[in-house]
Amino acid sequence: MRHLLSVSDLGPDGIEEVMGLTDSFVEVSSRAIPKVPTLRGKTVVSLFFENSTRTRLSFETAAKRLSADTMTFSVGTSSVNKGESVRDTVETIEAMGIDAVVVRHSSAGVPWQVSRWIDAAVINAGDGWHEHPTQALLDCYTIRERLATLEGRRVAIVGDIKHSRVARSAVLAFTALGADVTLVAPPTLLPPSLAGWPVQVSHDLDEVLPKVDVVYLLRMQSERTQEALIPSLREYTARYGLTRRRAAQLQPSTLVMHPGPMNRGVEIAAEVTTMPNAVITRQVANGVAVRMAVLFLLLGSGAGR
Amino acid sequence: MPRAQVMSDADVRRAVTRIAHEVVERNHGLADIVLIGLQTGGVPLANRLAAELARIEGTDLPVGSLDVAFYRDDIGLRPVLPEAVTDIPFDLTGKTVVLVDDVLFTGRTIRAALNALNDYGRARAVQLAVMVDRGHRELPIRPDYVGKNLPTRRDEMVDVSDEGVILGDVVAVK
Repeated sequence: MRHLLSVSDLGPDGIEEVMGLTDSFVEVSSRAIPKVPTLRGKTVVSLFFENSTRTRLSFETAAKRLSADTMTFSVGTSSVNKGESVRDTVETIEAMGIDAVVVRHSSAGVPWQVSRWIDAAVINAGDGWHEHPTQALLDCYTIRERLATLEGRRVAIVGDIKHSRVARSAVLAFTALGADVTLVAPPTLLPPSLAGWPVQVSHDLDEVLPKVDVVYLLRMQSERTQEALIPSLREYTARYGLTRRRAAQLQPSTLVMHPGPMNRGVEIAAEVTTMPNAVITRQVANGVAVRMAVLFLLLGSGAGR
Repeated sequence: MPRAQVMSDADVRRAVTRIAHEVVERNHGLADIVLIGLQTGGVPLANRLAAELARIEGTDLPVGSLDVAFYRDDIGLRPVLPEAVTDIPFDLTGKTVVLVDDVLFTGRTIRAALNALNDYGRARAVQLAVMVDRGHRELPIRPDYVGKNLPTRRDEMVDVSDEGVILGDVVAVK
């Protein structure tokens, strides 16, 4: 594997390999000096055409803990504002001698396109509505950490599935590891076709909640009200929000997850985020170790070439 | 292909016993000694050495395990993946570390291990125990405790297990 563009680049065995490597990097992260010399002399560039806090910082932290050099490209301060194309931007950066590019873009397929243009390893950090593979990998790791395995676990993914790259990658990864996935959303927030998706669909959150091992909430964007996909955020919360009352229906062991950034009071009540089984900050912490594993796999393990 | 048993299980057991006595003798007891086995071959040997030291001195030593994959000098040149998670649940500062491995060959694994140990604290001293020293060093590294010095060709393979030590031709490398 030279690039990580989609969860399907990995397959079940590849996901397991990342999980095993992540165990080692969790150990590295737990040390007093959480740094190893593994990727000394390698350069990792984050190329973010779209805003991000946690993903960009997470990748940069991961690269630094592996002793790689990092460069950051933010579109706001770049020559893209002078009209430079994505291709020219990428080829300019590659000419400086780099080993990996972490790409985020609002259009699906940009990381794939970049991977055709350059020799460096390309990691998809979120492209349009398409995929966000490292998010799905850290979610798998977090579930395994608490529930031992995904095999046979019942996972509900709740919210705006249609516009969610997180949901696409999560469905691929969770089902590859044997989980039973149910998508819960109003019909307007589901993709036009779910043909070929190995999932069940429900429009009734209250009916699903008591039966699942994991509730995975997606961010509800207020733009969706303007597009008339939902009547109002209040109505969305009433039907699909994980309120305190709904959280009480969960089994005590059920995990509550959210990829962030959260809209407290919309898809998740503020009190729910601090429940003992809300693992939202674990997801962020594991994100660094998972991204170390991905960088190591592509740049250091020798498996990439 | 020719394979020769160069140490029996009893030979290995006697070597562990002798090395245990040498560790005690050289360090004038077992104060501040910790054992760290290298993944994967050194880990069972470190545990056996610890059991032997407990038997002869009545002291239970801390035993850790170390995987050096992230510290190797051939990263990117060939497939390198960690075999297991490193487990050193104690600070090494001020301790005398006895590193334990099954076979000492080029010395590059030990070089990586010395780097790795640094990240767990500043050990007072590091000593090296190996079951087999097969020669062909590429770095200025020598063992403090040796089960057996075994002259080999570079292309031979040495296999250490509970059943003993076997020297044979390399099976086709994949």
